[in-house]
Amino acid sequence: MRQRSLLILTSVLATGALTLSACGSRSDDDKKSSDGGGNSAGTSSTTVVIGVDAPLTGANSATGLGIQYGAQIAVDDANTKKLVPGVTFKIKALDDKAQPATGQQNATALVAESDVIAAVGPLNSGVAQSMQQVFDSAKMVEISPSNTNPALTQGKDWATGTKTRPFKSYFRTATTDANQGNFAADYAAKTLNKKNAFVVDDKQTYGAGLAGIFKGKFQSLGGKIAGTDHVNTGDSDFSTLVTKIKNSGADILYYGGQYDESELITKQLKAAGVHIPLMGGDGMYSDTYIKTAGAAAEGDLVTSVGVPVDTLPAAKTFIDTYKAKGYPGDYGTYGGYSYDATTAIINGVKAVMDANGGKLPSDARAKLIDAVQKTDFDGIAGHVSFDEFGDTTNKQLTVYQVKSGKWVAVKTGEYTG
Amino acid sequence: MHTLPQQLANGLFIGSMYGLIAIGYTMVYGIVQLINFAHGEIYMTGAFGALAVYTNLPDGMSIWAALPLMLAGGAIVAVLIAVGAERLAYRPLRNAPRLAPLITAIGLSLALQQAVFLWYPHATAGKHFPQLPGDGFDIGSVSVAPGDIFLVVAAVVCMSALATFVRTSRTGRAMQATAQDPDTAQLMGIDTNRIIVIAFAIGGLFAAVAGLASGLKYGQIKYDMGFQAGLKAFTAAVLGGIGNIYGAMLGGVVLGIAESCASAYISNIPGMQQLGGEGWKNVWAFVLLIIVLLLRPQGLLGERVADRA
Repeated sequence: MRQRSLLILTSVLATGALTLSACGSRSDDDKKSSDGGGNSAGTSSTTVVIGVDAPLTGANSATGLGIQYGAQIAVDDANTKKLVPGVTFKIKALDDKAQPATGQQNATALVAESDVIAAVGPLNSGVAQSMQQVFDSAKMVEISPSNTNPALTQGKDWATGTKTRPFKSYFRTATTDANQGNFAADYAAKTLNKKNAFVVDDKQTYGAGLAGIFKGKFQSLGGKIAGTDHVNTGDSDFSTLVTKIKNSGADILYYGGQYDESELITKQLKAAGVHIPLMGGDGMYSDTYIKTAGAAAEGDLVTSVGVPVDTLPAAKTFIDTYKAKGYPGDYGTYGGYSYDATTAIINGVKAVMDANGGKLPSDARAKLIDAVQKTDFDGIAGHVSFDEFGDTTNKQLTVYQVKSGKWVAVKTGEYTG
Repeated sequence: MHTLPQQLANGLFIGSMYGLIAIGYTMVYGIVQLINFAHGEIYMTGAFGALAVYTNLPDGMSIWAALPLMLAGGAIVAVLIAVGAERLAYRPLRNAPRLAPLITAIGLSLALQQAVFLWYPHATAGKHFPQLPGDGFDIGSVSVAPGDIFLVVAAVVCMSALATFVRTSRTGRAMQATAQDPDTAQLMGIDTNRIIVIAFAIGGLFAAVAGLASGLKYGQIKYDMGFQAGLKAFTAAVLGGIGNIYGAMLGGVVLGIAESCASAYISNIPGMQQLGGEGWKNVWAFVLLIIVLLLRPQGLLGERVADRA
């Protein structure tokens, strides 16, 4: 029997070790930090570092890289234009691999470095949950260009109307899923005239939250829910789910989650002969989705935060720079918001320094929280200012649809009750 | 229950893939009693090898013409890595305590994964894999995609070839002898080192076939795809009776069908709504493993063998 018990023991040990190791790998992206600009900033130049946290490799990395390089361009612009005299800004980008635990480590690492003044990110709401406390204890501003889960700014009882802001240091330039999910349900029920929705989510903070809001609104508009299911992130076989959807008689599939899974779901769905559109949120609005799903993506829909970046005259230079530099990732989803979030920090630093006679005070991080709260400027992706919860006052949303292999904006507006 | 044929087919397809990978676990275990945890990564490198060949083929070449070359490329990469791992990592530890090669296997698994992550161009996110042309079609109430056909045909062909090889060829019989008792086999003039290398090579070859089939089926391969697939295939091998090649294939198919039926039907049982669905399929796969191991500790087709140690 010795051999068998050893087999069982080693299997258990190995399973545990492999599970741990799956979240343990990370690459060092510190080297990617900016070295652009600021060469002629004079002798009294101070360097101020803005941390960036997003998934830069693996799942969600296409949209995550858009955040990193959006911030990079904002910093380069500030340095060339000398927005804050005597200060050279730098980016320190860390990869959270869309894992909450890694995000928390990164937050701790950023807080520990005295020249890091504030942070942009993360991409995922679930990762943000694990980072907010770390930044708040250090009185350090965190602005996410992409988190949409309402509870992050409005507390966990937001749905019942009792909104309390949990962290004073947390801001976001993306509007919440309370708006996005309702906006999507409105479009599906009223414009597309869909009656029967199958709702799937990825069990993550963002995906499950968004799918729940969509489901509630769709039902209150008289729609039926043909079924619900939950998938594991990182899976690639969805044939069982596809069979269920096929037999449910649904006329639309709503997916709360990221492009990594939904691009495979839509492909397997259409391959099984189920020609209903898949609709999702901003986490799915990525060119990678269309590239992977190919023809199967045709007719699929997403809602995303803000107005389309390429229709904004202010964003033209940004897009040109992004393309000219050949940066990887998709700037379309959050790149503009990341630029604006970074600019809000840069403006805040300027305000803090102006109030202190042109020098950076010793408690600059704490002072920056108040400065960012007072943010009020026209960014490249729209007006930037924050309400009493740290939410953006820009509540624009856009529905995009895949037409001839491209995301085409079909409706832009604000969600109004 | 009118979806049952389709769900069984779904399970069969994914199960064939588990089975193909499980062959590598079971053959190596059968001969050297080593759980080669790096085998999932060999499956992954097989898929990347096939993709590397495809990217370097001239544009406009038909996928059917490219397929044999991709298979050859994937197989060469996977077999070389499997054999190299045996020669460099496992053979020096052949007589070491059993935990040592196991930890080596885990280390090797991580090393291979990170190597592809770092050095394969743009492998930090999912890579697109070419697709077989043509749409899916229906057989009765079951809809099937071209990639599924490739997978099942590949599994059947590989399995029958392996069965014939092990039963009838001289080397195959030498493998059986080595599995029964390596020392006596060596005394009878069998080069056991050669047999062990062949076992690793066959495992690598099957993993490469599975890797190619997976790429064709899902249209995407990732540097970390070997982790979960390897874990599932190992489960399939244990379920079928580790050391038994037919058991590995049967275990794979049983596991695949159990997964697909569990996620399809458990939520229909009153009171079990919360425990069904896609998100729970891994849980049910392991519940099945535990039940089978409780009732038949040697696995479905495994034989109760006396302890050698």
